[in-house]
Amino acid sequence: MTVLFEAKDIAVRFGGIRAVDAVSFTVERGEIFSIIGPNGAGKTTIFNLISRIYNTSEGQLLFDGGDITHTPPHMIAKLGIARTFQNIELFANATLLQNLLIGRHCHSTAGYLSQMAFLPSTRRAEVRHREKVEEVIAFLDLQRYRDSLIANLPYGVRKVVELGRALCTEPKLLLLDEPSSGLNVEETEGMGFWIEDIKKDLGITVIMVEHDMALVSQVSDRVMALNYGKVLAMGTPRDVQTHPEVVRAYIGGDVEMEV
Amino acid sequence: MRYLFRTSYQQDLRAWRHGGDVFWYGLLIVLVLIIPFVMGEFYVGEMGGVFIFAIAGVGLMLLVGYTGLISLGHAAFLGIGSYVNSVLLAQGVPFLITLPVSGLFTALCGAAIGRPTLRMSGLYLAIATLSFGSIVGTVFQKWTAVTGGFDGFAVPTPYVFGVSVEGATGVYYTSFAVLLFVLWVSVNLLRSPIGRAMVAIRDSEVSAQSMGIHLAKYKTLAFAISAGITGLAGALFAHYVRFLAPDAFDVLLSVQFVTIVFVGGLGSLRGAILGAIFVRLLPQAIAIVRDDLPFGIGRLPGLEPSLFGLVLVVVILFQPGGINGLWLKIKLWFQTYPFMRQASGRRQKSYARSERLR
Amino acid sequence: MEDAARLLQLVVNGAAAGCIYGLIALGFVLIYKATEMVNFAQGDIMMLGGFVAYSAVAHWGLNYWVGALIAIVATAMFGYALDAIVLRRVIGQPQFAVVMLTLGLGFIFRAGAGITWGYDSVGFDTPFTNRTVKLGALILGEDNLSIIFGTVLLCLVLYLFFAKTRLGVAMQASSQNQLAAYYMGIPVRNVFSMIWAISAGVAAVAGILLSPVSMIDVNMGFLGIKAFAAAVIGGFGSIPGSLIGGVFVGIVEQLAGYYLPAGFQEVTSNIVLLGMLFVRPQGLFAERMGKRV
Repeated sequence: MTVLFEAKDIAVRFGGIRAVDAVSFTVERGEIFSIIGPNGAGKTTIFNLISRIYNTSEGQLLFDGGDITHTPPHMIAKLGIARTFQNIELFANATLLQNLLIGRHCHSTAGYLSQMAFLPSTRRAEVRHREKVEEVIAFLDLQRYRDSLIANLPYGVRKVVELGRALCTEPKLLLLDEPSSGLNVEETEGMGFWIEDIKKDLGITVIMVEHDMALVSQVSDRVMALNYGKVLAMGTPRDVQTHPEVVRAYIGGDVEMEV
Repeated sequence: MRYLFRTSYQQDLRAWRHGGDVFWYGLLIVLVLIIPFVMGEFYVGEMGGVFIFAIAGVGLMLLVGYTGLISLGHAAFLGIGSYVNSVLLAQGVPFLITLPVSGLFTALCGAAIGRPTLRMSGLYLAIATLSFGSIVGTVFQKWTAVTGGFDGFAVPTPYVFGVSVEGATGVYYTSFAVLLFVLWVSVNLLRSPIGRAMVAIRDSEVSAQSMGIHLAKYKTLAFAISAGITGLAGALFAHYVRFLAPDAFDVLLSVQFVTIVFVGGLGSLRGAILGAIFVRLLPQAIAIVRDDLPFGIGRLPGLEPSLFGLVLVVVILFQPGGINGLWLKIKLWFQTYPFMRQASGRRQKSYARSERLR
Repeated sequence: MEDAARLLQLVVNGAAAGCIYGLIALGFVLIYKATEMVNFAQGDIMMLGGFVAYSAVAHWGLNYWVGALIAIVATAMFGYALDAIVLRRVIGQPQFAVVMLTLGLGFIFRAGAGITWGYDSVGFDTPFTNRTVKLGALILGEDNLSIIFGTVLLCLVLYLFFAKTRLGVAMQASSQNQLAAYYMGIPVRNVFSMIWAISAGVAAVAGILLSPVSMIDVNMGFLGIKAFAAAVIGGFGSIPGSLIGGVFVGIVEQLAGYYLPAGFQEVTSNIVLLGMLFVRPQGLFAERMGKRV
């Protein structure tokens, strides 16, 4: 099975607006799949559909051989899908370490009474979780921020922590929502390298919503362009970025593209 | 200034941070154990009351400070614990059984109120719990067959292994033991996945769900644990007052609990205890200085609630971190002496974050 | 015929009580829509307004209408000062802090009122006390009718104010989008203080209208808890909604008191509230909102 994720004709409307309109795409195992489009095209809405925060009114969502169209949102992490949020939804009053440990929640096995008495089984589980979290901290170079409260960290670091928290869930599929927004050039380059490392070293499949075309061209295997909730084009980065419909959506009117 | 060298994960998992903590808290425990031998019965009785309110405070703190769910009806849980304990004792059930049973029954009630309020947050939850507390208070008054209504309910004497634990000293030691137990359970929760799930729900429900936290399960659990702990406090409260009257468990008592949690310092167990000490001893302090106040302020009726209100207002305006926040600042001052500056304690200016869109 | 008359009597009484709940709820909703703060001391401000009216009419011997006007204006100014001096400082703190703050203020108001006016119930002469109107087989108290008419009149005035005057529209704008309102040159902080003033004034009107029916005393403000039911039914975002919610609660309460066994009347408002919250938390009129992530 090379197809890890498939969306078939998914749709959702808010009031009279069709935010996502009969969108279909597949994502191969181990690839980096980018979704691009102007603001309001429905990109984040698709993520919210995949992580089941919204219900799709039609169609199906298939993941790793199973149908997740009606799965409750809290089960998604356990199945192996993790995501980051466009506007950073970290736990601001907790430390970085606690945020990453919360990422391990879907792998938690300790029973309630065991936790209330902090029995040795819970203690052992905690050490295991901590070891996994430390691996992610080492991967992302977050050691010196380990005990800082998120509220005290700069924006660029928080973006990385958001990524780290998603990685702690040991996902098969990672949804990155605008990973480079708000980052400067250096930080964006660093993010690009991490995304490539995630694919190469960790073998995680990535779906990425992005505006930064340089980043998209650098890391993506395939790209899908959206506008007004509909798919405009799908293919390699270069094909999509020079596709006349896509150009028209971004710039408007007939434009000659210099390639 | 102490610098903590971290050498193993077990160190981070420990309930205390370093040897100094163990020493000082151990000393505190020894001190508490000795007090009844040196102080008079009245003060021992009052301290017993402080412990009971501290237990309730810890229960409410887990819900409000750590899970972010407001409850303005926790007096109801105290009442349920008190009445269940007393009614069972009157049936002849031994105290060592009625105590945990009161806690468990109240926990179930907490789960029952937690379930329907799952999608409520902030304001609506506050109002719903306020209503719930009111309804339960009325049930206490009207269900005279069980509670005796306004005639009151004389609380039978509790026996532990044949020894009566009634009276100021008995209540003192029993409540202290229960307080230690409750603190131990809370510390364990906070370093386990349950505690982290609670904090996650407080800070961002959406991403908590995306991390695999089942909101319904954990919110109900938080309510249950919080109510259960308050129920334990209620069982002890029955022996503290010895005679249950249904109007003791009213809105004003719930507001007292919330004040404990808030004035003590949201988000810390130490805050719950400091808050309980403050709230219980404030009336005593007022009584002592009453006659010495200028302009005959001391003789005015309604002095106590107004000072209560004034404390709340002052804390929120000037010291939102509560007593715990003040404690931490003072500790930091000593630790970093002489380098502390005014900016170290200054709060960051923050903008209103819409609660309608959590 | 007996039953119908009795029923109508209960409905009128309930509607009158409900109007008071609705007015207090209106005060909550005005402030909440604008600033997302909930004023748990709203009932206590009503109490203060009632006491000021009492002082004006019974103590200083002023005419009822003049006394009422003075009370309303004084309470409105008090509301403005309250926001400007105390509540502005807690912008940015979580909602829970504001709840606690207003609870604390409620304590202070009650104690202040007790010190100034004592703890006994007081009343004063109004043009509506102890006068009745006959409508066929019905005898309706003018005091209850005055509450209903007064409330309707006030709501009409408020509606016209918010819809037609510049200040009213500015208030609507500020409650929907603070930043945009600032950009349009609206002095948002002053506007919010004025909203507090209006809210306090409305509370004072409630207190004055209530005084012929039930005496004024320090614990009058606990009616505020019932007003929450009204506000929730109305959806906490809607002015007509609060009123309808209040009248609904008032009428249900009266009917419960008559038809259900003793003891149920007290819990009626709470049961209605909880029922609404479980079944349709957004109330009858408001929209559901969610966070866009």
